[in-house]
Amino acid sequence: MNNFLRSFLLFEIVKGFALTLKYMFFVPRVTVNYPYEKGPISPRFRGQHALRRYPNGEERCIGCKLCEAICPALAITIEVEPREDGSRRTTKYDIDMTKCIYCGLCEEACPVDAIVEGPNFEYATETREELFYNKEKLLDNGDRWEAQLASNLAADAPYR
Amino acid sequence: MLELWTTYGIWTAMTLMYIGIIVGCVLTAVAYLTYAERKVMSAMQRRQGPMTVGPFGLLQPIADGIKLFSKETIIPSQANKIVFLLAPMLLFALALMAWAVIPFDKGWVLANINVGILYLVAISSMMVYGVIMAGWASNSQYAFLGALRSAAQMVSYEVSMGLIIVCVVLVTGSLNLQDIVEVHRPIWVQIMLLPMLVVFLISILAETNRAPFDLPEGESEITGGYMVEYSAMAFALFFLGEYSAMIMMSAMTTILFLGGWLPPFGIEALAFVPGIIWFALKTAGVLFFFIWSRATLPRFRYDQLMRLGWKIFLPLTLGWVVLVSGMLITFDALP
Repeated sequence: MNNFLRSFLLFEIVKGFALTLKYMFFVPRVTVNYPYEKGPISPRFRGQHALRRYPNGEERCIGCKLCEAICPALAITIEVEPREDGSRRTTKYDIDMTKCIYCGLCEEACPVDAIVEGPNFEYATETREELFYNKEKLLDNGDRWEAQLASNLAADAPYR
Repeated sequence: MLELWTTYGIWTAMTLMYIGIIVGCVLTAVAYLTYAERKVMSAMQRRQGPMTVGPFGLLQPIADGIKLFSKETIIPSQANKIVFLLAPMLLFALALMAWAVIPFDKGWVLANINVGILYLVAISSMMVYGVIMAGWASNSQYAFLGALRSAAQMVSYEVSMGLIIVCVVLVTGSLNLQDIVEVHRPIWVQIMLLPMLVVFLISILAETNRAPFDLPEGESEITGGYMVEYSAMAFALFFLGEYSAMIMMSAMTTILFLGGWLPPFGIEALAFVPGIIWFALKTAGVLFFFIWSRATLPRFRYDQLMRLGWKIFLPLTLGWVVLVSGMLITFDALP
């Protein structure tokens, strides 16, 4: 009898309605207004790649090819030649961003913190070709994001 | 010639103007109903809803409209072209035709006919044809299943809806929508009609194929039901038809149960607000219920839907018709 009355008076359904109404007015939103607001990102976030420079403008990469060797997706291609002053530098440093799986192993392998994965994740393009990054593009990324890259590396340093 | 103009021409022109105003208002209301639906549902699901197009996303429905206009109407090669294209037009036209008898305020009605409520019931029954035609002409299993479900559902819930309307008509003693609003109802009659209001609200959910009775569309099982093959403007016509049917059903609830354009609870102090505002507010309230229930309730199973319609609502409303008429005769309160 009690059960019959409960279902006849739509007891449970009214409870459900009360719940949604409560959520509408008294529970805060969980989404952000994405292009205008963004969620927080960890310093370890593995986004778009960048090649960093030393503060004096010299590029860090010494062409050891450790990143190329460790890359599980074979996304990195490097060619190396000695420069006029005798130091070992890359003549070609390509990353195929369509192959990259963003595992961060290149960053881990690099002995001089040259190749890093930055906090930028908004680099979608309209053509596939634009995602084949060359050395110039990677160095440009490095210059553009250097401040944040350096602070992220510094924030993560105590845990390494 | 001038005489002809003054006797018929002006009247025709005025009527056409009124039709234009009503259609314009209804279509704007439909556009912003979709916006309200997205906003309310997102609020209940802790989201933000459309925010980018215009302030608070207010121009979103216009952007959606432009998008639908600019798309290509695809006609499946196996479809029956004439019926396929006729179905959305029929549904849309019927959804707008129903507005002819709705009184928005005292005297604000296009066709003040004596049997307005019958006209409304007839129009809403006719809308089944649009759905059936769409489902059959698409020549697709999903569309056909959706149409079958929709037809069965709309027909079975119309029965209980009709009986509820009989209750109201017994109380008011008129089939004219203006009279139904204006007739004074004693408090005990109002209380007696309250359960019928609840049943009516549930029935209109089923009648307009809205959640939790959206089996004809059933995105997760039959991928959109009878409109699965439709795109662009044909789809937009279905959409407009469905939403204006929703608004029409809300207006009908307002007229039958909530006192139309009269201030709520008969408070005379609130009579300074124009009747059209009260009418719009009450209709919006019922529409909020539509959206609210969509955000709250999961879809019914088909046999549960039929069980609810035939085994619970039909006996209940039938019993209530007997009860109401008996009470009216016993207390000598027949209008």
